[in-house]
Amino acid sequence: MEASATVISGDHSALEGSPLSRLPDRALRYGLTALAVAILLLLLYFFIRLIGESHDALSKFGFSFVFGNDWDVSRNIYHGAALVVGTLITSGIALLIGVPVAVATALFLTEMCPRRARPALAMLVDLLAAVPSVVYGLWGVFVLGPKLQPVEKWFADTFSFIPFIGGGGSSITPGNYFIAGLILAIMILPIVSAISREVLATVPAENKEAALALGATRWEMIRMAVLPYARPGITGGAMLGLGRAIGETIAVVLTIGNAPTIGKHIFDQGYSLAAVIANEFGEAANQPLHKSALFAAGLVLFIITLIVNIIARWFVSRGTRGQRGAGGGAIGAVAVGGAGE
Amino acid sequence: MIPPETTSKESDAKMSTAEGRSEQTDATPDRAALGARQGKGHSVLVKDLHAYYGQVHAVKGIDINFSPGEVTAIIGPSGCGKSTMVRCINRMHEEIPGARSEGEVKLDTLDVYDAGVDITAVRRLIGMVFQKPNPFPTMSIFDNVAAGLRLTGSRGDNLRERVHKALRAVGLWGEVKNRLSSAGGGLSGGQQQRLCIARTIAVEPEVILMDEPCSALDPVATLKVEELIDELKQRYTIVIVTHNMQQAGRVADSTVFMLDGEVIEHAPTEKLFTTPDDERTERYVTGKFG
Amino acid sequence: MSTGASPLLPHVSGRRRRTDKIMRGLLAAATVIALIPLVLIIYYLLYKGLKAWSGSFFSTDPNGNFFGDPGGVRSAIFGTLEIVGLATLISIPIGIAVALYLTEYGKDHWFASVVRYFVDVMTGVPSIVFGLFIYIVLVVSHTGGSGFAGWKGALALALLMLPIVIRSAEVVLLLVPNSLREAALALGAPRWRVVWRVVLPTARPGLITGSLLAVARGMGETAPLLFTVSLAFGLTGNLNSQMNTLPVQIFTDITNPRNVIVTRAWGAALTLVALVLILNLVARLIARRSRMA
Repeated sequence: MEASATVISGDHSALEGSPLSRLPDRALRYGLTALAVAILLLLLYFFIRLIGESHDALSKFGFSFVFGNDWDVSRNIYHGAALVVGTLITSGIALLIGVPVAVATALFLTEMCPRRARPALAMLVDLLAAVPSVVYGLWGVFVLGPKLQPVEKWFADTFSFIPFIGGGGSSITPGNYFIAGLILAIMILPIVSAISREVLATVPAENKEAALALGATRWEMIRMAVLPYARPGITGGAMLGLGRAIGETIAVVLTIGNAPTIGKHIFDQGYSLAAVIANEFGEAANQPLHKSALFAAGLVLFIITLIVNIIARWFVSRGTRGQRGAGGGAIGAVAVGGAGE
Repeated sequence: MIPPETTSKESDAKMSTAEGRSEQTDATPDRAALGARQGKGHSVLVKDLHAYYGQVHAVKGIDINFSPGEVTAIIGPSGCGKSTMVRCINRMHEEIPGARSEGEVKLDTLDVYDAGVDITAVRRLIGMVFQKPNPFPTMSIFDNVAAGLRLTGSRGDNLRERVHKALRAVGLWGEVKNRLSSAGGGLSGGQQQRLCIARTIAVEPEVILMDEPCSALDPVATLKVEELIDELKQRYTIVIVTHNMQQAGRVADSTVFMLDGEVIEHAPTEKLFTTPDDERTERYVTGKFG
Repeated sequence: MSTGASPLLPHVSGRRRRTDKIMRGLLAAATVIALIPLVLIIYYLLYKGLKAWSGSFFSTDPNGNFFGDPGGVRSAIFGTLEIVGLATLISIPIGIAVALYLTEYGKDHWFASVVRYFVDVMTGVPSIVFGLFIYIVLVVSHTGGSGFAGWKGALALALLMLPIVIRSAEVVLLLVPNSLREAALALGAPRWRVVWRVVLPTARPGLITGSLLAVARGMGETAPLLFTVSLAFGLTGNLNSQMNTLPVQIFTDITNPRNVIVTRAWGAALTLVALVLILNLVARLIARRSRMA
């Protein structure tokens, strides 16, 4: 007993080897941890600096920076309700149009499409995410906006009895909430579709078989067994899409019309938080309060997207619970615009 | 928390007609709820059936006649094609990507694979219970049983009545009547499987296919399901796939032994287990291989 | 319900069959609708962009002249390649290192979960906010002697690419079978050697794919560059000065009233999309090849 113990302890020092040989392992371990800490601290530092730069505008205007409706550079007054409203309207339109199409696409690809055609079609949908936002903006300004103007006019006249749609008639401008929202819908489509596909793939086959064995048609099977199961994950995907839409800058600044007022209907021009920063940054260089107001707009934007993303991730992780790989894959897919397929 | 289904007048009336029935009888399959068979039931005729998974030939030309109103067990070693064969009967086989089948399956005189036959109607007529209990996880107990009925537009009192009847028929009523609106996934494995059987019989099929329905259950739950099968045969033609020979012996009127995608022997259960004609059957049932 | 011989089959109502057909049709139609913008954008890019791709388009810089030839996109292409190249050099080693921390060391430790969470949050931060961060910290202070500078833009892009690299690398590293790690550890190899000799080589194709997709993403970003690099016309290799980049040049050209300059924007956009798509396709090819092996 005693003898064996001494043998083991004797071996022990031999097993440990020289401290030198263990050094790289320790260095790597602590080095990598330190790197992760550093990145988190850096983010925190950025956030604090952003608050600092926004301080002037926020302390001067208080809550009316978000709720007051008077953004006037010439009078140096920055009440940004029009920006917040513009951001919400355009991303709302993006969700209304983009999410149904994205989910339908995902359903088609996972439940109906022949297996051979699936990868190619999925890749094409994913490629929408590869188009840079400035190119969407370019296309929106010179093609989509002008081409849709008569359609919008007809629509506004025909459905003029619906609030927020009619009333514009002749005053429809090429850049407006609707065009910006439509561009955003196209931009969030690949992300929402990629996440929906990941989530739909986790629906257990036995649930689908149960529905079919009851005599359900394919659509009834989707409604009965697939959609209820996938709902939280799809909701999360839609929220991540919303986060993207809220934060999108260049495509929106080119298509929303850039008028710091609250539009009367969806074909009216407006402004968004991100757009105002990109558009007025140059002229704000020599006006500290204006600049501070733009930083404050950035801060508000940052906080809104943060909240939306946190909620989204909660939904996505609930939708793919028990499948860490799937959840990570879904988010990875978001990040790279659909590398999952 | 009383679910709305049981508070309505209609179900109160139902309960009072069933008064005097104790919890004990509530928990056993209710033959009255099952309903009587009309006529002598329906036969299933499988003729020269072949099934494939891509290049793999899983079922190689099978002929079986499933007698009306009987329980037929399919036994055989794993991979012998017994599940595949059964899934061909209600055309679930073709749902697997790359899978296809050839040959004839007839329900009485109706050709199940006829081009003019609606696949959803076939599956409604030939219900299926799966190996793993698969209640819809997002639905309540009530909604699970109602799922198939709702497809055909059944609603209101009629729906409620048929759901309750199906739950009585599988002997689950006593256990779940106070929590019909809670999730089906919260039941035990055996209860879940009986819930799935209730879901299947709620739509009143003529034939029930069971693909190893007890393999995921403990012995007590297995016994309950076997008792239930015994009751169900009053009303339905039943085909049950099992890898458990004792189970086949207990529940089946006749038994089919399959090997390598072919039928080796089809005989009354007792004969197949005691005096089989084929030497391979004998070796299998005596446990020499498998 | 029905019994007897032939009318045995229950009736499937026409409404159900119609609904099924209509819904299947709608799902298929939605997929077609989803692809229409892609087709249209590529069509217009080719239709309008190829007109701009003349001989001098790739060999001259924008000159700012009010009349005559406005110049091409040479400096923008080089600027984009330089800045994205530097951003890649920064973000990919750091990103893979953090992913290694998560998969090899942190695992289910609480701090690893915190890192994972913030990395996910980072993917949702709008790119313009990264631009503002760098502007506040590095541009205002004239760090390095100049205000706007290429390397500051590269830092902003690196921040943006970092979470993409980390997340995709983590997914790939998790796919390396544990049995491989254990086999090497059982031979007495220290963990860092296992990581270096076994884990990284096994995951290499996936890491390259994720990295290329991150690069493609960074290449198309405009907003962060507006606040960090600003704009210059001429060609320069000096990353410590204002530079021209494809996205920013397109952005400023769009708002220009001259037709030739708008045409140049289309040409530049075609160039940018071609670069991004090539990166994407290469990444996907590598991914597919490795999956088959």
